[in-house]
Amino acid sequence: MTRYWQLFRDSAFLYRFKRDKVAIVSFAVLVILVMLSFCAPLIAPFDPYDPTQIDIMDSDIPPVWQAEGDPRFRLGTDAQGRDMLSTMLYGTRISIIIGLFAVLLQSLLGIALGLVAGYFGGRIDSFLMRLADIQLSFSTLMVAIVVLAVFQASFGTELYNELAIFMLIMVIGIAEWPQYARTVRASVLAEKKKEYVDAVRVIGLHPRRIMFRHILPNTLSPILVISTVQVANAIMSEAALSFLGLGMPVNKPSLGSLINSGFEYILSGSWWITTFPALLLVVLVLVINLLGDWMRDVLNPKLYKD
Amino acid sequence: MALLEVRNLEVRFPLRGGELTALRDLSFSLNQGERLGIVGESGAGKSVAAFAILNLVSRPGYISAGSVLFEGRDLASLAPEQLRSIRGNRIAMIFQDPMMTLNPVLTIGTQMVECLQAHREISDKEAREIAVSKLRSVSIPAPAARMDQYPHELSGGMRQRVVIAIALLTEPSVIIADEPTTALDVTIQAEIMELLLELCENNNVALLLITHDLGVVSQVTQRTIVMYAGRIVEEGATRSIIDNPWHPYTHGLIDALPERTHRGQRLNQIPGMMPSLSAIPEGCAFHPRCEHMTELCQTQIPGYTLRDERRVACHWVEKQGESR
Amino acid sequence: MNADRPESPQVLLRVENLSKEFPLTSGLLEQLRFERGRLVRRQESVRAVNGVTLEVNRGDALCVVGESGCGKSTLARVVMGLIKPSRGSIYYEGKRIDDLPTEKLLTYRRKMQMIFQNPYASLNPRMTVKQTLEEPMRFHNPDISREELTHKIIEVMESVGVDPGWNQRFPHEFSGGQRQRISIARALMVDPEFIVADEPISALDVSIQAQVLNLLMEARKQRALTYLFITHDLSVVQHFGTRVAVMYLGALCESAKTEDLFGDPRHPYTQALLSAIPRLDQSRPTHIKLLGEVPTPINLPSGCYFHNRCQYATDRCRRETPNPILTGDSHWVACHAVEEGRIK
Repeated sequence: MTRYWQLFRDSAFLYRFKRDKVAIVSFAVLVILVMLSFCAPLIAPFDPYDPTQIDIMDSDIPPVWQAEGDPRFRLGTDAQGRDMLSTMLYGTRISIIIGLFAVLLQSLLGIALGLVAGYFGGRIDSFLMRLADIQLSFSTLMVAIVVLAVFQASFGTELYNELAIFMLIMVIGIAEWPQYARTVRASVLAEKKKEYVDAVRVIGLHPRRIMFRHILPNTLSPILVISTVQVANAIMSEAALSFLGLGMPVNKPSLGSLINSGFEYILSGSWWITTFPALLLVVLVLVINLLGDWMRDVLNPKLYKD
Repeated sequence: MALLEVRNLEVRFPLRGGELTALRDLSFSLNQGERLGIVGESGAGKSVAAFAILNLVSRPGYISAGSVLFEGRDLASLAPEQLRSIRGNRIAMIFQDPMMTLNPVLTIGTQMVECLQAHREISDKEAREIAVSKLRSVSIPAPAARMDQYPHELSGGMRQRVVIAIALLTEPSVIIADEPTTALDVTIQAEIMELLLELCENNNVALLLITHDLGVVSQVTQRTIVMYAGRIVEEGATRSIIDNPWHPYTHGLIDALPERTHRGQRLNQIPGMMPSLSAIPEGCAFHPRCEHMTELCQTQIPGYTLRDERRVACHWVEKQGESR
Repeated sequence: MNADRPESPQVLLRVENLSKEFPLTSGLLEQLRFERGRLVRRQESVRAVNGVTLEVNRGDALCVVGESGCGKSTLARVVMGLIKPSRGSIYYEGKRIDDLPTEKLLTYRRKMQMIFQNPYASLNPRMTVKQTLEEPMRFHNPDISREELTHKIIEVMESVGVDPGWNQRFPHEFSGGQRQRISIARALMVDPEFIVADEPISALDVSIQAQVLNLLMEARKQRALTYLFITHDLSVVQHFGTRVAVMYLGALCESAKTEDLFGDPRHPYTQALLSAIPRLDQSRPTHIKLLGEVPTPINLPSGCYFHNRCQYATDRCRRETPNPILTGDSHWVACHAVEEGRIK
């Protein structure tokens, strides 16, 4: 174990990270956001899911630095009287959970299908890749809107509200597997030609073992890069769906549904209900994408400079 | 006066946690029409030397000391404009991969005409005529037809011939060839080498041939430089170096060739391997692999011993010379 | 089912009439062409190996030499079962192995191993030396004990000259020569009797080449190995091989004992090839000049593949493919000119 740690410590990865200010700042912001949101029940002043803590009389209070501000609600409250800060912390947690699990689902599907397509080639490959092409020709949002709308209409809003988080993970997860499948397939094709794969074939190993034990670990770098970007994309997709009213319900708001719920009041002067969650969303997605870009630069040997 | 004179050239590459000296104390001269070989294994600094001579060291590397004089003029002191009039014009370069010189999307003719017109003010028609005659001089069959072909339509050997023809376009006085036949097959290598040799002899062009192949050096060059870990370890007439190497490394290199041992016998290997440039041992860089190593070799970098028009950097050789 | 045949016990590997073609046009749409106003279906393929027949005797080091694109690496891969042959058959100890199902092939996988050309690609970059070495052993002996395995790894690593203390390192921590040693160690782990080496030293530096070649020769002596050694470097062949087979455009031109082939090359291509080796004792190139250029393996010339470059070519050479004839003590030459006595 110490040996792996030592290898990591001496690696170019860490070295380049330490010299890149953008990467350090992005990483720090991301870690802070993740920590805050996952510790939300501990640090948030209110529990937005608890109806007893919400008083409709507290609604539409502006942030504390404005004239009508209330020191209890630092970033003000929304139309239902929920504390903005607490609701945003909980909302960020939901957004990140959906992003992570959707990407987990995408990657499982995409890696498995990409490996199979790349390793076996031939008809399986053509079939899977055409399937991916068809899937990609529908935009994720369109698929999601149709599926979620149909579900909502056929099973009722109540059931939907309960299952919303799973539905979002499923829909975003399944809609984006071709991204992974293509990336994995491309790197499998490149790795398959290398002699170490021939060497294990000469040993006589089963194709399954060759795929998972030998080829897959060598395609991890591109998977890592695409995963970061995909988490950001999934968070964006979720926000877009929630904004359209197809995502998280109002009583369990994600960042997207918060933006949506505040959007009605933006012209009546309550700008903070939309603006704060929107800013948070932008920062969250931005730092993830910056990290992803940085990682792509570092892990891609073709772009190797320095 | 020497045509090309390199004095104490040193090239460094900044690296994480320090600097790496890829080339140290490189000095040699090349006369009009002379053929000089630079031999070494990968990492010996022979390619860096070629690029440094033309002031083309790839960033972040830089020339940290020394100078290169071409016809008595210091190349470093020239303006970019003047440098261009020498580089690719008076000094031509041939690389290992012909596609480093050839542009895949332009026809051979276009590239040759362009190259000529960059250095001389002549009409398209004249330029084409010169190009065709140069293609003919490198024994390319149907040279006029080749002018309209693209590089990918030619075989590897033909491409390298075209590159040589391009190098000859401006009638240079020096050709620097960096492993020009390494990517080619033996029969084609022999043809290209013979071609290069004849062209240099007939036009009195000087050749700086960089290679790892001692056999090629022996066939083509008159004088040889042997490099190890970024430094010249031996220099002298090719025949005398091959027949009677002084430096233990040169000796080991020649002895390690299969033709130097009886069939089926164990080859005379040099133990160990060349140090990476970031971890060159103190003293003589070769001392950990050397059978004549003494304490002196571990601490002091050997200076050059000059004797019989030969130059060797070795404490052991120096001492032998004294006792003789 | 298998056309097994009794064979003299000294023949370890026998390749019979082996051909391998790689289709260039895979889909039906790519195969369709317009020719003279008609739609025709035409399949183009690279003909990498064309009817090669050869035998490797037990204890031999058979070197297959030829220039790039002559099909020597394809031959190695077909012999190892990495590629299926298009035609022809391969016999190991008299048993046909090229049409065996995977499970039945496993017994031969222990006996036949391969060493690859590129030391930077032939080791899995994400596995330590130990993991790389124990994999073949574990796979073929599932119930081997930890101690035995460790013991074996130490033994093999020592025999290839890599410090066993380095077994926790990753390939990128080694130099090219050391990686090639590890690659050899992997092949030796299962105690094979036959090793196919595909250009094992051509990616290495001169002084390292000698080290690795010495290692391969020692292993041959100590472990009674038989080699099929693929290379383009004739000086290595002369030193290492007991027999040599020369290939040109996928076909065998000449095969003989090493001293016979170097002492008395008969085929005009072999003669040209030998004359092209740059030797230290030469002060000028002294090669035999060949005519024309190497044809592509897509459009092979009719008759003898070498005829367009051969100064002895006649009409017969342009028409008729030469068959190998025996000219001396197991010295085979496929050349009309030799057969007709036009070459000494």
